[in-house]
Amino acid sequence: MSTVTALRSDKLWQQFAVAIPYLWLLIFFLAPFAIILKISLADPIIAQPPFTPFVDDDGGISATADNYKFLLTDKLYAVTYLKSVFMAAVATLFCLALGFPMAYGIARAGESTRNLLLLLIILPFWISFLLRVYAWMGLLNNYGVINNVLMWLQLIDKPIGFMYTDFAIYIGLVYSYLPFMVLPLYATLERMDLDLVEAAQDLGAHPSQAFWDVTWPLARPGVIAGCLLVFIPAMGEYVIPYLLGGPESLLIGRVLFDEFFVNRDWPLASAVAIVLLLLLVVPIVFLQRSQARDAEGAA
Amino acid sequence: MKKRSRFILSILAFGYAFLYIPLASVIFYSFNDSRLATVWGGFSTRWYGELLRNDQVLESAFLSLRIAFTVATLATIFGTMAGMALSRFGRFRGRTLFSGMITSPMVMPEVITGLSLLLLFVSLQQLIGWPAQRGFGTITIAHTTFAMAYVAVIVQSRLSAMDESLEEAAMDLGGRPLRVVFDITLPLIAPAMIAGWLLAFTLSLDDLVIASFVSGPGASTLPMLIFSKVKLGVTPDINALATLIILFVSTGVLIAWWVSRRAQRQSG
Repeated sequence: MSTVTALRSDKLWQQFAVAIPYLWLLIFFLAPFAIILKISLADPIIAQPPFTPFVDDDGGISATADNYKFLLTDKLYAVTYLKSVFMAAVATLFCLALGFPMAYGIARAGESTRNLLLLLIILPFWISFLLRVYAWMGLLNNYGVINNVLMWLQLIDKPIGFMYTDFAIYIGLVYSYLPFMVLPLYATLERMDLDLVEAAQDLGAHPSQAFWDVTWPLARPGVIAGCLLVFIPAMGEYVIPYLLGGPESLLIGRVLFDEFFVNRDWPLASAVAIVLLLLLVVPIVFLQRSQARDAEGAA
Repeated sequence: MKKRSRFILSILAFGYAFLYIPLASVIFYSFNDSRLATVWGGFSTRWYGELLRNDQVLESAFLSLRIAFTVATLATIFGTMAGMALSRFGRFRGRTLFSGMITSPMVMPEVITGLSLLLLFVSLQQLIGWPAQRGFGTITIAHTTFAMAYVAVIVQSRLSAMDESLEEAAMDLGGRPLRVVFDITLPLIAPAMIAGWLLAFTLSLDDLVIASFVSGPGASTLPMLIFSKVKLGVTPDINALATLIILFVSTGVLIAWWVSRRAQRQSG
């Protein structure tokens, strides 16, 4: 093979290596969004598939904003969106309140302990998410472990109804997403120079002042990444509200799922998805920026 | 200072108890003889026996493993290509869109990914008659799409942490780019590729929501089967299944940790 053809084949390899994943993502990631958008503008009909075609028989374009109007005027949906934002935000704060001291403790531990502690944070992530939520069903229900222990200790005389409440959803969210908070926090806290905190204290800063003036600002990239990594998936969560929440605790992920599978209203489900996506665009872009900065920083 | 570290220690203890007590309770109750999952009726391993005789469970577990294996392999190939493209090929046309598309599936809520892919499959079926039925193929495609993102990120960060001098030296010595990739780059990023493969495998095995959307009648993965049973409440055979999964995963992760620690000690 001559050098020229060899070089050409190498150039070809590079193009090939880009083109394959590129095409895959165009077809299976980007195109589906165009389709969702298209179907969200259709009317539901009883047919297979159950929505009106985008281009009707006369060749005209048939699109309607009815689904979006319905979402904006129907109180149920507005309340569900707000409640999802609220619950995801509260769960994020709880994760932060628990995760920050944990990450701090891990980052300050001796090296071999630190590796073990980190491993124990990552381990649940590898165990099925569904089964971890399921484990809480066994703890929280009326005849579950927590009620049994409380009754055995004679602190209560009849079981507390933990299950099927917002409380149970919060437990599930914090439990499932805590590792996503601890890991980025650990990464920034571990890199932090401890001398800075000591210097502040030597110069007379109260420990709490040293924390808010030195530790907290330095940890901010980790805090932001951790919060977004918890908030974004928590917003669209389906399994946790389904298994632990009650019939009233409707979160948007569950509403979307039911609208699609139970009511078979594909256009409305698509509109619900588009609005959810619009709500999440800002946090998602933020997260991507912070990750890109992180990737460059690591280099 | 003392007071503060006691505070940190108690939070750590609370945090780890919070993470591990639910798992311990599932393991404990899987050896419960009683059919009522949370009333203790004596020690027994009968639920493990019933689990292994349950054809439905074995069938869906086999389907899940087949999908996870295919997904992990495809995702590692595509994700490695994408990771190399992002960190080694410099600027190419459409790079911004490409890097955006690579990382987005990781942060997209599952309900949106699942719904959008199902709608794509339905539209494709109308247009070109493919996919004729939904199941193994469609779930594999859906999982590969988000799993390759994780592989790409792992490979990319490994490549950017690694300096290019080895590859440049090989090229200066007359190695052709494609040979350099196979002789130098791939062996160097092999640990990242293995980590990516394992992560993709786990993510695929774990997924319920996306699989529920893109699967068709008759094809039910293990998480889908578990979910349909768990909806009705706590059952002893699921406790047994959960215990097996917890023990299997923990053993795997601990072995990996031990091996990597030994390797680190030897090299360091």
